[in-house]
Amino acid sequence: MLSTQTKSLDVEQIRKDFPILQRKVHNKPLVYFDNAATSQKPKQVIDALNFYYNNYNANVHRSIHQLGEEATAAYEKAREKIAEFINAQYQEIIFTKNSTEGLNLIAYSLTSSLKPGDEIVISQLEHHSNFVPWQQMAKHLGLKLKFIKINEEAELDENSIRETITKNTKIVSVNHISNAIGTINPVEEITKIAHENGALMVVDGSQSAPHMPLDMKKINSDFYVFTGHKMLGPTGVGVVYGKKELLENMRPFLYGGEMINEVKFEDTTFNQLPWKFEAGTPNIAEGIGLGVAVDYLKKVGMKQIFERDREIVDYAMERMKNIDGITIYGPKERGSIISFNVHGVHAHDVSQILDSEGVAIRAGHHCCMPLMSVLGVTATARASFYLYNTEQEIDTFINAIHKVKKVFGV
Amino acid sequence: MDTIELMYQENILDHYKSPRNFGRMENASVHHHEYNPLCGDELDMFLVIDKHKKIADIKVNPHGCAISVASASMLSEEIKGKSIGEIEKLKKEDILEMLGIPISPVRLKCALLSLDTLKNSILIFEKYVNKQV
Repeated sequence: MLSTQTKSLDVEQIRKDFPILQRKVHNKPLVYFDNAATSQKPKQVIDALNFYYNNYNANVHRSIHQLGEEATAAYEKAREKIAEFINAQYQEIIFTKNSTEGLNLIAYSLTSSLKPGDEIVISQLEHHSNFVPWQQMAKHLGLKLKFIKINEEAELDENSIRETITKNTKIVSVNHISNAIGTINPVEEITKIAHENGALMVVDGSQSAPHMPLDMKKINSDFYVFTGHKMLGPTGVGVVYGKKELLENMRPFLYGGEMINEVKFEDTTFNQLPWKFEAGTPNIAEGIGLGVAVDYLKKVGMKQIFERDREIVDYAMERMKNIDGITIYGPKERGSIISFNVHGVHAHDVSQILDSEGVAIRAGHHCCMPLMSVLGVTATARASFYLYNTEQEIDTFINAIHKVKKVFGV
Repeated sequence: MDTIELMYQENILDHYKSPRNFGRMENASVHHHEYNPLCGDELDMFLVIDKHKKIADIKVNPHGCAISVASASMLSEEIKGKSIGEIEKLKKEDILEMLGIPISPVRLKCALLSLDTLKNSILIFEKYVNKQV
């Protein structure tokens, strides 16, 4: 086992901030390895939600009274923090409900100016949320949807990237890290290729924003989407980053209150950025909570979190390699996600038996049914880690896999 | 025994590893495929229904977790020779009793895929196939 000195984070100190890690599951200490689905929340974030509702709950941008002003200031402050976190301007940060809504916003708004026959490129690695919106837009508008293939290593194939993105491509949308198998995609290079061909670049950052430093100027994609609840924040708040000059010319996605400037019987003019894309009362407490989550991540350090991911994944992979009859999917260099199967045991049964040892993982198709068909499986078991996970927890997980094998006699 | 040992007891694992009436059939009266998108469990069911409206033969081709496969295997044994009338009366509780193991709410869909497939097979038979006979 690794000693605590070699860790790039003070994991024990971090764990104290997460009350849920104290609980027991089936009388065993909780080992939470389902972080790619949603992360746990530190008490700082939970307290911020409580504090908002106990002290300054009010609607934002409307109410001329003390509470309204405090709520608006806190909500907009959160937007500033998020902008800084990814090196963007605050007008470029649109709050959504989650990544799915963000990707729908972009898909609806961008495709409204496309012509039949125009091409959209996504990849075989996409989550349904970066797949179905494009597929359905293509179907309704007569657009062509093309897919970048994966190679033997389960990475996006370089030749396929260059062959699929052409002068006919209008939009390219790929994830930064695959939620199903952990592949880290070269989004900077893909952005360059998209731009060389005159296409817009969209990145689904749902799995990357929680785990690595992000710089929008460096990546240079036109849009970048992520969700709060996978990065220590509350559910119900996500982010669309978009380049200001593009957002200004785009059609709004949702219409209603807040997103307007002036409404007349004949027509409506829209609010300025970012509020043009934020119709209706937003998830105020959650937005503020995400700002606090970002504070927390910044304090720990995204670079440190990324390095710690390597330690924990390497340790887990090393220990899993020594167990017979385990298939691990995905490339060698990966995010903190290990997708696997135990030979002769369905992923659901693996998950059920791991749960009996207190180990929470995910089993299924991970909202990536097209990818599962490429891999030739219907389901995998997936362990995904975050900054509070320990080597000791990996040991518990390994012992639980041995229990799976024992129960099934494989 | 802990819950896991109760759940994955010997006869369940036996049915999982060697499903009874396993395979496919060319001359079935009705063939139906059901899919549980939550888990990715799949079941193909082939029924031969005789003129007395009894199940003369059955083949199942299940892919999925131990619970769904065992359930399909056990049900295939259970219904051979039964009439459509008897099958229509089968309920969720009968399947749980047949399995005889604790099933948590999230695994209920796995356990009941076999019954859903069977019931829908019979519906299809009654609606489309039987009419033509």
